[in-house]
Amino acid sequence: MDVIEIFASAGLWGAVLRIATPLIFGTLGALLCERSGVLNLGIEGIMTFGAMIGWLTVYSGGDLWTGIMAAAFFGALFGLLHAVLTVPLGLSQHVTGLGITLFASSLSYYIFRLSVPLASSPPTITPFQPIFIPGLSDLPFFGPALFSQTAPTYLGIALALGLAYVIFRTPLGLAIRMTGENPHGAEAQGVNPIAVRIGAVMAGSALMGVGGAFLTLSAFNSFFPTMVQGRGWVCIALVVFASWRPGRALLGALLFAFFDAFQLRLQNVIGAIPYQIFLMFPYLLSIAALVVMARRARVPQALMQPYRRGER
Amino acid sequence: MTQTPVLELIGISKRFGDTQANDDISISLDKGEVVALLGENGAGKTTLMSILFGHYTPDSGVVKVAGVELPQGKPRAAINAGVGMVHQHFSLSANLTVLENVMTGTERLFRLGSNTRAGRKKLMEISERFGLKVDPDARVGDLSVGEQQRVEILKALYNDAQILILDEPTAVLTNIEAEKLYATLREMAAKGLSLIFISHKLHEVLAAADRVVVLRGGKAVAERKAKDTDRAELAELMVGRRVARPVREASTPGAVVLSARGVSVGTKLTDLDFELRAGEMLGIIGVSGNGQTTLAHLVSGLVAPDDGTFEVFGEPVTRASVTAMIEKGVGRIPEDRNAEGAIGDMTIWENAVLERVFSSRFSKAGLVDRQAARTFSSQLVERFDVRGGDPDKRIRLLSGGNMQKLILGRNLMDDPKILIAAQPTRGLDEGAIAAVHARILQARKAGAAVLLISEDLDEVISLADRIQAIAGGRLSPPVDADKADPRQLGLMMAGDWDDVEPAHAH
Repeated sequence: MDVIEIFASAGLWGAVLRIATPLIFGTLGALLCERSGVLNLGIEGIMTFGAMIGWLTVYSGGDLWTGIMAAAFFGALFGLLHAVLTVPLGLSQHVTGLGITLFASSLSYYIFRLSVPLASSPPTITPFQPIFIPGLSDLPFFGPALFSQTAPTYLGIALALGLAYVIFRTPLGLAIRMTGENPHGAEAQGVNPIAVRIGAVMAGSALMGVGGAFLTLSAFNSFFPTMVQGRGWVCIALVVFASWRPGRALLGALLFAFFDAFQLRLQNVIGAIPYQIFLMFPYLLSIAALVVMARRARVPQALMQPYRRGER
Repeated sequence: MTQTPVLELIGISKRFGDTQANDDISISLDKGEVVALLGENGAGKTTLMSILFGHYTPDSGVVKVAGVELPQGKPRAAINAGVGMVHQHFSLSANLTVLENVMTGTERLFRLGSNTRAGRKKLMEISERFGLKVDPDARVGDLSVGEQQRVEILKALYNDAQILILDEPTAVLTNIEAEKLYATLREMAAKGLSLIFISHKLHEVLAAADRVVVLRGGKAVAERKAKDTDRAELAELMVGRRVARPVREASTPGAVVLSARGVSVGTKLTDLDFELRAGEMLGIIGVSGNGQTTLAHLVSGLVAPDDGTFEVFGEPVTRASVTAMIEKGVGRIPEDRNAEGAIGDMTIWENAVLERVFSSRFSKAGLVDRQAARTFSSQLVERFDVRGGDPDKRIRLLSGGNMQKLILGRNLMDDPKILIAAQPTRGLDEGAIAAVHARILQARKAGAAVLLISEDLDEVISLADRIQAIAGGRLSPPVDADKADPRQLGLMMAGDWDDVEPAHAH
């Protein structure tokens, strides 16, 4: 197999969508938080917890969708913690977010160890199966490339479009954007910036949780502590890459996933170099893309600025 | 004609810690009337309006709109009652469009879509009716300050405001924009709106208001009909004592210390010619945004000329170096004191010595000599009458006037040979203006060459010896301040100086 053949294989394109899904959820979640003016670096830990709790719910007999809901619920709960600390109390968003990541990750391992006996190979569940779409999934090439995904992947893509609509076309979206740009202005117009921020951070964190759960309920079938592997941080970068726009976030996630899927396959083609070099590849390209895209980005003006009533 | 006032504030009191910000203030406003709330910074004007608008809850007192009491502490209730507030610091979002800014919070939050079509129609109608022209799809950050203020007013009117509160509406406007604003306000009142505007500028209060309420130290001390009073009376009522701005005395200029011939900097300054002598003050008058900032940066050593000859004490300057300029004895009062003049979260003593901290006077063996620095700043505070100037206090806690006195003092302590004063009294109240003017004149008398950059005609005419106008990055030939009349200067500020006779030609 050489480099050209990689592009021609349907497997590559199927993998792109699969790898992109957790990034789509995570990026949309982070984007929603940041649009309201709150940076949520808790994402890495919230995704880990989502992966664990989603898996654990199914492992203890729950339905797969119940697992997704559990991940969303606990994601929102961590979001509430982050929001309470950073919004009404106005603590540093960086420090709080990193604290939440460390706390949520450690709690995930702890709960996992309490619930599941040590074994040489981790226990598994039956994950989401690809949905067969009559007429599309059996197309040659395009079927396996684009229409052989599990339900959460399609949900993620729909969500990107839905979130774009909410942010740009509804009064709620306008209130969120106004809060992220100028919370005093929002307040002067009768919008409660504190409520908007708490709500946006909780909803965004719920999406992060779902992104994590995709890893254990669809991409793999078991949980292991290091499985999120920095995807949360990638999402934070993708938000900047996307200039805080959901549609571009979708594209960014797909682009990153493409680099990743490509390097996985490249490892098989070129065997002489240690494969770790290829692991760097998507990150290097992301930095390059970020440099190009982010220079023109319009950052929400009140991002990371705590809002205090009556103070300017 | 007597009628129920559209707005009444009755016995409002509010205390913050040790300061009584508002003390039993009562004000009423009739339909179609323009009332000015006049007072120095810290007189309690903004607090009073914040109470009216529901940002603060008063300790006692009530607010009535058309005879109905307003619930306290609820901005939305004030908006619904028809009270609109135009804040001094705009509450706009630069990254959103005009329409988006205006429509925020006006629809039910959990609606599936936003009715932008209806919103746009309403906005255009209001904009038409009150002559406030604006492009609804422009990004607010791309608009000029005057246009942004128009958006602020439109935002209030969009919420069906019948009563409009404007907090220092001209603080950020140029003179021309401000005059346009007064005309708009008068017109809005004629159409039945009632307005209160807050100000500390005497001429605009007289120009725009029907009635003037003077606040001092949290109390309403006087009320006058605008046509029955004058500047002198209002100034005295506002400050509580007679204040007079100092005027320059004649002086004999010495040697040329600063000269520019055909100097250009980027696209901001083109072909400048000017000359400044010791013991002389050159006034640069112009509407802000015409290259003043770059001119100040040039003389401060922040930028170097791209073209032409720029000489300081006869030596050509080719490289931008702030340190070199300070060493040559250039003192600077930057136009934006909060952004460039002081570092808010650092202490007063740190701010006082920051620009000379590397000199042997304030550092020993690579360490800051705190003892020397503190002594220096205490002397400065005392000599320049910086009120509340404890050296270990953070500088942001000072009022604008006192911060400016500190910056002035920092420059004047060492008798600078050249002083650049960029918009030195912007945003200051009458008492502080007089103090700052006196200090600048003192420096001139001591032999410093002063470059005064200002957009205040009165200031330039009363302080400067010669005046040059700046427009579109070009400088007019100089005119003698004694011979200058405001009309001619106004034309020169607009770039029309072809028939101006240069001051040194005869």
